[in-house]
Amino acid sequence: MAINTAHAEKHHTAYLTYVFVWLALTVLTLITIWVSYIDFGVLNIIVALSVASVKASLVALFFMHLKYEDTMTWVFVLYPLGLLALLIGLTISDVFYR
Amino acid sequence: MEEIGVHHGHVHHIDPVVEYESAKFGMWLFLATELLLFGGLFAAYTIFRAKYPALFEEQHHELNKTLGALNTIILIFSSLTMAMGVSSIQKGKKTLLTIFLALTIICGIIFGVNKYFEYSAKFHHHIYPSTSIFFALYFMMTGLHMLHVIAGLGVLTVILVLNIKGKFSERYNTPVEVGGLYWHLVDLIWIYLFPLLYLIA
Repeated sequence: MAINTAHAEKHHTAYLTYVFVWLALTVLTLITIWVSYIDFGVLNIIVALSVASVKASLVALFFMHLKYEDTMTWVFVLYPLGLLALLIGLTISDVFYR
Repeated sequence: MEEIGVHHGHVHHIDPVVEYESAKFGMWLFLATELLLFGGLFAAYTIFRAKYPALFEEQHHELNKTLGALNTIILIFSSLTMAMGVSSIQKGKKTLLTIFLALTIICGIIFGVNKYFEYSAKFHHHIYPSTSIFFALYFMMTGLHMLHVIAGLGVLTVILVLNIKGKFSERYNTPVEVGGLYWHLVDLIWIYLFPLLYLIA
């Protein structure tokens, strides 16, 4: 019985969903490359990192099934991301506003 | 499936659901530490890029944008085949998992070969980690990432062999899913490394 429950709890994503996610990732990669040839000044890195973050979210949510994970897993995904934001944020404030 | 039955009944009394959830959660915890491992390098990158913007802009032209872009496309495709592989075995399709795993491994190897050519070209032009702080970061970040690709390829190869031996099924495929999570992390890190190192405008 327990085994069947384990099976039932797994989420089955359709192959087609994955293909769409992959297409989106590929298009976003091409956009990143294209944008790098245009000079937006300081905005360039912001655009590049924003696109990268959208891509990373797509990989995590769909390919890694984060979308279907429980609260506990989400906490342990967001916690290190918060630490990382703190580390990079404080670094930036230190370097630029010293 | 018999294996789980035996495990469940005689060897150790772990509920398969608990075992599955714990293994997956354990991998997410490990991925959290991996993120922070790279986090230190991202912080170092932030400091030095802020200090020497001209150096970063000038020296990043030495990097092969085409090979970098190609590797990005390859790694993203390998993430697709990995995800499809996990889906396949969850539906009990072992042969499909073998095919998808093989494709994923081939992509990983092509990534490594491209990286080998990139590093060789740098050494040929007498560019080493000691050349500048930009190249120190480039070699450190892509090198640490490459170690993860190699580790991931090792994990996937073991899973492939186990699958060919018939160890996985619709009911038992935890190592495939957990190994897949690790492979996706390798893709995630590269998604940030590519624009930060190759595409400085």
